[in-house]
Amino acid sequence: MSAAFLSDGQSAARVDLLQVAEMVEPGSRVLDVGCGDGSLLRLLAEGRGVDARGMELSQAGVNECVAKGLSVIQGDADTDLAYYPDGAFDYVILSQTLQATRQPRVVVEHMLRIGRRAIVSFPNFGHWRIRLQILFSGRMPVTQNLSYSWYETPNIHFCTIADFVALCGEMDAKIERSTALDRFGHPVRFAMPWSFWNLFGEQAVFVLSRK
Amino acid sequence: MTRSHATSAPVRNEADEPSSEVLRFDATQGLELDCGVVLAPWRIAYQTYGTLNADRSNAILLCHALTGDQHVANVNPVTGRPGWWETMVGPGKPYDTDRFFVICANVLGSCLGTSGPASRDGEGGKARGLEFPVVTVRDMVRAQARLVDHLGIETLFCVAGGSMGGMQVLQWAASYPERVFSAMPIAAAAKHSAQNIAFHEVGRQAVMADPEWHAGRYLELGTRPEKGLAVARMAAHITYLSQPALHRKFGRNFQDRTAPTFSFDADFEVESYLRYQGRSFVERFDANSYLYLTRSMDYFDLAADYDGVLAKAFKGTKTRFCVVSFTSDWLFPTSDSRAIVHALNAAGGSVSFVEIETDKGHDAFLLDVPELLETTRGFIDAAARARGLAPVKKADRA
Repeated sequence: MSAAFLSDGQSAARVDLLQVAEMVEPGSRVLDVGCGDGSLLRLLAEGRGVDARGMELSQAGVNECVAKGLSVIQGDADTDLAYYPDGAFDYVILSQTLQATRQPRVVVEHMLRIGRRAIVSFPNFGHWRIRLQILFSGRMPVTQNLSYSWYETPNIHFCTIADFVALCGEMDAKIERSTALDRFGHPVRFAMPWSFWNLFGEQAVFVLSRK
Repeated sequence: MTRSHATSAPVRNEADEPSSEVLRFDATQGLELDCGVVLAPWRIAYQTYGTLNADRSNAILLCHALTGDQHVANVNPVTGRPGWWETMVGPGKPYDTDRFFVICANVLGSCLGTSGPASRDGEGGKARGLEFPVVTVRDMVRAQARLVDHLGIETLFCVAGGSMGGMQVLQWAASYPERVFSAMPIAAAAKHSAQNIAFHEVGRQAVMADPEWHAGRYLELGTRPEKGLAVARMAAHITYLSQPALHRKFGRNFQDRTAPTFSFDADFEVESYLRYQGRSFVERFDANSYLYLTRSMDYFDLAADYDGVLAKAFKGTKTRFCVVSFTSDWLFPTSDSRAIVHALNAAGGSVSFVEIETDKGHDAFLLDVPELLETTRGFIDAAARARGLAPVKKADRA
């Protein structure tokens, strides 16, 4: 499912995955929801000694992961997170998958219930390039990182960084850390108000916990 | 569907004097069964492949299905055909016999050497017939545990099997969680569905309706309910396949003719195929064993022993699971596997779950399905790393 956002050929060493991996304490228990081909799970398991489990919607992705020796189940974030008990993981990660879920809020709430922390990364629909495309062409934006046309995109729930911050407020979730990433996946290096990141961050990574 | 009684000899011999290793328990070493009976004396016939390492940490127990047997990867002494899981078991195969010590035992109630209705190991030396107690999947697993004890193995590296074998895998993981390092239930379920019980009942009724069944005493009388058992197998065989696979294989093709004969001959290829399946089955399997083993599957409902909550069967489990299902399997559909996965999730267990796309139906677990091989290889290799088992050096390959 994470592949839904990225165009082909970017899965090998995605910078945003490194960013997410770096936020996970070594040796912890992690569930990666929408783990795709298992790139992040591998980074976590091999690089940080993490007990890493995955859930992936696409059967091809799951089979690839299990053949690599990763612990992954076929499942749907919208329906299958309900089967996990409270506090089962240290981290539940949703990497570039939020916008493809049917009920993003329910998914994030489950993540906060199942994990001590939730890490959510998503493409920021408030980026200036996207705003300009809508402003000048009047059409749904298609960019290098968001390469689908509106009628075929699996990304049905886009949001901006400001939207996500507002949702965190509504859910009463605590934002422990956040980073905006530029188009290459590198962090926007300076602390700025949300409105700035909302304009210049192409992606965002949030670490949340229950208050 | 007629044949001489001479060919029934192999099953009888294998039931009484199996060509496998046999572990015998005397009258003081009885096996406590779920029905309350203590079975004694009793015996269990088994095959092993590969070598047990010094730590006794590389043993894989394979559990066979309803009409399977312990001859996983050697020529079957009854049929003369290759072992039933040679795609999966052998040197360099996913269950690599260069690396692992593979054990498979004939299940309790079967007819290839372990105590069952066809074995003559009870009092008086005659076939036990219906005096043999009704056994459960848990009883089968208890019997296997006694064998594993005898082999000096505390923890099995893996317990794996398909269909009824998968039920045994689940029972192992629930009954002896600390003795199962990893588990692979394939095309299995934590309980037998009403539909599956119904199909089994059809099979049993077919056997019992055959006058040659003689209320289960046919072995004493020197006969066998071949027709009934063949019909049971024909009906069951359909459930192991899928509609698309049957169509692909046979369509509406005629058998050795170009037009219908306006008779009840096997006009269609599919009829001829089923008749052949029925015929060849009765040559290798005991009818009473078929009654007992189908019954054991019907009774299987793992959650029932845990207040109806399957997750409780796996509470605190440290076993690494890999659950596998097949898209076209309507006997043990993916939803059954998913229920196992959800229970393991709820129990905080380590579980992988793969649904493999194939039109081969329930029987897919026995067939050469590349994704099953890759999945098994990946899971077993990762589990072996976690268990600290060294990979096989190329030079050590036979």
